[in-house]
Amino acid sequence: MTRVFVPTPLRPYAGGQAAVEVSAATVGEALGALTARHPDLRKHLYAEDGGLRAFVNVYRNEEDVRYLQKDATPLREGDTLSIVPSIAGGR
Amino acid sequence: MATPAAKLESRLPALSNDEILRYSRHLIMPEVGLEGQQRLKAARVLCIGAGGLGSPLALYLGAAGVGTLGLVDFDVVDYTNLQRQILHATPDVGRPKLASAAEKLRAMNPYLDVRTFETRLTSDNALDILRDFDVVVDGTDNFATRYLVNDACVLLGKPNVYGSIFRFEGQASVFATRDGPCYRCLYPEPPPPGLVPSCAEGGVLGILPGLVGVIQATEAIKLVLGRGEPLVGRLLLVDALSMRFRELKLRKNPDCPVCGERRTITRLIDYEEFCGVRGEEAEVQAGVPEIAVEELKRRRETGEDLVLVDVREPHEVQICSLGGMLIPLGDLARRAHELDSSRDLVVYCRSGARSARAVAFLRQAGFRKVRNLAGGILAWADRIDPRMPKY
Repeated sequence: MTRVFVPTPLRPYAGGQAAVEVSAATVGEALGALTARHPDLRKHLYAEDGGLRAFVNVYRNEEDVRYLQKDATPLREGDTLSIVPSIAGGR
Repeated sequence: MATPAAKLESRLPALSNDEILRYSRHLIMPEVGLEGQQRLKAARVLCIGAGGLGSPLALYLGAAGVGTLGLVDFDVVDYTNLQRQILHATPDVGRPKLASAAEKLRAMNPYLDVRTFETRLTSDNALDILRDFDVVVDGTDNFATRYLVNDACVLLGKPNVYGSIFRFEGQASVFATRDGPCYRCLYPEPPPPGLVPSCAEGGVLGILPGLVGVIQATEAIKLVLGRGEPLVGRLLLVDALSMRFRELKLRKNPDCPVCGERRTITRLIDYEEFCGVRGEEAEVQAGVPEIAVEELKRRRETGEDLVLVDVREPHEVQICSLGGMLIPLGDLARRAHELDSSRDLVVYCRSGARSARAVAFLRQAGFRKVRNLAGGILAWADRIDPRMPKY
């Protein structure tokens, strides 16, 4: 199982959960399983062309999957995925 | 390009006996010492924003003996700021933030040179303001200014100490050092307006800017001292609810448009346009049909047929309500069928922003008799019912 950390701004679209467990062999499969379970997340993660949005990064453990094999990045038992969108608050 | 610490080497000022006493707990530790304290005194640090992040930042940097502290802000202290903006106190409500901040900082440390820039940071003034500082600390609250600060720091070769917060979650990093990534390497583009709620819409735990602002202050001081491992190439994630700190690796993006190998951004651009602020959001707000609070009051009193729809979250309804049917904005697409399109609908929220998006959505979905309550509950409290709490 892979634990996917859901950031605060996206939790309303994931049933309020901070983390979701999915069974997947790759990053793409894990995000697919996550958005299948929580369809409202899809438009926040993916642009209309199907790619990950430019203000959302996904990390396998501490590495950005953009610099690994993107959606094809393999997952091993115990890996975690972090979805990290940009936030701007400061006041 | 030299590091801030190396640049400060050439102009180390002497400390008076009073200063030596004041900073004695720094002077007796080897990581700071006399020379480190002199570096702090020589240092010029610019804080963009004197609000949530800016408050702890400015207080700690000023107390630590940073010689010159610049502050950029154009806002006025508001009651809702006091829950977290510890530079400001109740008697300061209504005063410019910079007047309040400068007064507190000068009282705390008379050796501090506070330089205030009471203006909105723009593409026209950013390079001139940032140029005279060694380190820039970003405590702003919107994407347009964050990209502006980042690009100006990259163009000028100044480190950008970044911090950002939302509800009980924060991020911090140090961008735009010589070999490290910049904010655009992390996020090439901002989210479209409306997709990510601001602190004013989403809320923020009062201590969180304290936690993240103090991390930024720590990084600024380390850059000045040239000590330790700066948060370069690392993104620190703070979750105050689970009290977990996680760290992610950041890489310099070779294709980054501002710091990459083939740069396309070589001067400051129009950041409002880049962030879509002028387009979509403004249009949604201005383009939907509205009803004024006075008109709503009159129609309610005369008993005209009208359905009120509240698109806020359930916990907001507990604070105050106009008695509308609750459909949170995020549920509207799923629940629009519960609304009767043949009746007059008035949609409201706290300020009128979310309800404008709801009205735009409903009109696209075929609703013709739907209007936005202009100014929302805040306008109702101001102009109709002063007993209604504002939040």
